[in-house]
Amino acid sequence: MTETLVRVEKLSVTYPGRRGTTLALRNASFSLGHERLGVVGESGSGKSTLGRALLGLIPRPGIVTADRMEFAGESLLGASEAQWQRLRGRRMSMIMQDPKYSLNPVRRIGDQIVETCLLHLGSTRRDAERRALAMLDAVRIRDPDHVFQQYPHQLSGGMGQRAMIAMMLVAEPDLLIADEPTSALDVTVQNDVLRILDDLVRNRGMALLFISHNLGIVSSFCDRVLIMYGGKILEQIAAADLAHAKHPYTRALLAAAPSLDHPQATLATVVRDPAWLE
Amino acid sequence: MAGMIEVADLRVSFHGGSKAVHAVQGVSFSVAEGESFGIVGESGSGKSTVLKAIAGLVPSASAALTVNGRPAAQRRSKADRRQMQFVFQDPYASLHPRQTVDQILREPLAIHRIDRRDERIAAALAEVGLKPEHRFRYPHQLSGGQRQRVAIARALILRPPVLLLDEPTSALDVSVQAEILNLIVGLRKDNNLTMILVSHDLGVVAHLCSRIAIMQAGKLVEVLSAEDLRRGAAQADYTRKLVAASRGFNRAQPAI
Amino acid sequence: MKQSLTHWLMEDAPRSRRQAAMGSLYRGLLALVGNPPALVGLVIVTILVLIAIFAPFLDRGISPIAQDLGNRLAPPSAAHWFGTDELGRDIYSRTLYGSRVTLTIVGLVSVVVTPIGLAVGTLSGYLGGWVDSVLMRITDVFLAFPRLVLALAFAAALGPGIENAVIAISLTAWPPYARIARAETITIAKSDFIQAVVLQGASTWRILIRHIVPLCLSSVIVRLTLDMAGIILTAAGLGFLGLGAQPPTAEWGAMVSAGRDVILDQWWVATIPGVAIFLVSLGFNLLGDGLRDVFDPKDAS
Repeated sequence: MTETLVRVEKLSVTYPGRRGTTLALRNASFSLGHERLGVVGESGSGKSTLGRALLGLIPRPGIVTADRMEFAGESLLGASEAQWQRLRGRRMSMIMQDPKYSLNPVRRIGDQIVETCLLHLGSTRRDAERRALAMLDAVRIRDPDHVFQQYPHQLSGGMGQRAMIAMMLVAEPDLLIADEPTSALDVTVQNDVLRILDDLVRNRGMALLFISHNLGIVSSFCDRVLIMYGGKILEQIAAADLAHAKHPYTRALLAAAPSLDHPQATLATVVRDPAWLE
Repeated sequence: MAGMIEVADLRVSFHGGSKAVHAVQGVSFSVAEGESFGIVGESGSGKSTVLKAIAGLVPSASAALTVNGRPAAQRRSKADRRQMQFVFQDPYASLHPRQTVDQILREPLAIHRIDRRDERIAAALAEVGLKPEHRFRYPHQLSGGQRQRVAIARALILRPPVLLLDEPTSALDVSVQAEILNLIVGLRKDNNLTMILVSHDLGVVAHLCSRIAIMQAGKLVEVLSAEDLRRGAAQADYTRKLVAASRGFNRAQPAI
Repeated sequence: MKQSLTHWLMEDAPRSRRQAAMGSLYRGLLALVGNPPALVGLVIVTILVLIAIFAPFLDRGISPIAQDLGNRLAPPSAAHWFGTDELGRDIYSRTLYGSRVTLTIVGLVSVVVTPIGLAVGTLSGYLGGWVDSVLMRITDVFLAFPRLVLALAFAAALGPGIENAVIAISLTAWPPYARIARAETITIAKSDFIQAVVLQGASTWRILIRHIVPLCLSSVIVRLTLDMAGIILTAAGLGFLGLGAQPPTAEWGAMVSAGRDVILDQWWVATIPGVAIFLVSLGFNLLGDGLRDVFDPKDAS
């Protein structure tokens, strides 16, 4: 791991409600360098909340507290909306599960990417178009000029996700938060999209926070993995060491997924222990 | 011996506006009594459409389509319907939002005029591992896994010989998926069910099924045993790619 | 006692069908009460119903049709709280009894419009094909006419009177309900839970009546409550034109019409029933908005 880009200590997110407050994230501490960090958990584990908190996107009335939350040496705690806008899209970016909801359906792909360029880089229109085309090419879209002119609904799921990645990366952010970027895609397309992300980390030195429910993908793709449960980070482990995970939940998750290589008569079920959250 | 389910040259086309989409283009297979048969494919491969055509939910054309020796016509009688039941992918959409679990399970019994309904409902809940206290809850008061259990109970309460499952666990968390898969394995054994399972997840299909059909773009690529799939004895290139892709990220794997 | 009843209603694991249904109703009521504008609407509508029921006890012994020509167009006073009209009748008493006419119209229109709209809409949406085409073209024909004009034509053809006013309003009011029910049915019919009952072997009637209609009902009721204001105004309009309730029956629209000639000098004659129409319309509108929030399936969890 090279220099640390993100440093988070005791990050908590709470939602006050009528029946008491809900703890969406409990004292999460981790750091992220120029690497692929996987965040794995089931629904309600707080993995998406973690990504959103880093981008300052926790909706009202959610409350974010932390001892420390830094991005490239700059504290994000109590950052103003102007400060967030300067960072978001320019230096940190996010891709979501389904490109359908993140791309504007009535605007051409090219125009949407160009606009991002104009907004964040302040480049000229011609330069922005050149960058947009180069980016579409970088995400391995075969015919960038054609896709540039198309509307989101004209693209397949895999192509849409690539266009989305292109739009998010055209400003060359230092940090990319990918929330289930391949869950809506077919397995054969999944690998292509992962390879694009892989290239970006290796060649451009981008930091990647990869949020997923799929332990199989995370373990084969990421360098390190955070295992989350009930808003808490239960374990941080190198992906290569997952087979020797210490926490019973991590081991149970690994055993619960039916595997092609290790057939079992009965799948192990997860027996939850309330003590995990203490 | 003729199979429990015989499908010969099944074709399904959808006519949307000016162009027709041929979702299933001549699929044939046979499933023996008590066997569990899996269909794997990516989105748009037509795997779910095959299942819906067998259930009679989409209009289809075929050389032959029989279930339990009865020809499965386009118009199905009540008795035909009792031959097979269906479990849908999304447990959030497959239960009536304004009916309690009790009402949902009572409906098939009422339709087929079956007696001792209270007793049967209680037994069906127990069979799928739900407690009596779940009986009068509404779907929105249940978790995803519990809803899928209700959907399975509803399918089995008519005691059909054939169960069709369309991605029954893909909307669920891994740990919940494990519980539901274990439940299905147990129920199949206890009731000697013939099953067809459709999924995009090779792991799930190989876990539940002994024979597996691979589908791509409306056609059967190949049918092979779960053993052969595990051993890497697949004949078709596409199957091998699918197996490689499902093993996780592979930097060296070429684009398709 | 109260504590245990609330507990019984809110219990997470109801033990009988009745308890589950009551609990569901109670939660809906709580949601309605927790929405201030809806609560105001509910209160106004409840007061209207109470006034209509208890009018004979509230009228201070003054008959709504008793004339006192020596005391016509008297301003509000201790004897006549809201003054008197051009025939010397007590406006307070007439306004009270007028609520009965309004409520009758509202009730009859709902009873006629809801089943027609639901039947046409769900059949059309579920069966599709030529049934859908025929039913929807008929609906279009009715939709194409301006409502008040069509109601006027019916009232003129059938003769004036409250029953005919109700028929006229109902005949012009059902098409939007059929449209709503049809749109909802088309969405619902595609859903997995309807496919599941189809696979169980349920007949078309059973699916329509037991599974689809209950789901369409809520949006139809919401629309009906929102439309009530319009229905009351149409009824008042017909009354205003002399095609609604006939004299000497007290009807708010007719009362406004009668007070029109003297509105500058004796404002109360037209204003009091006008305010009543306004308040009741507002009440139904607020209630409808609240019901929409309660019935919204997004909030069901």
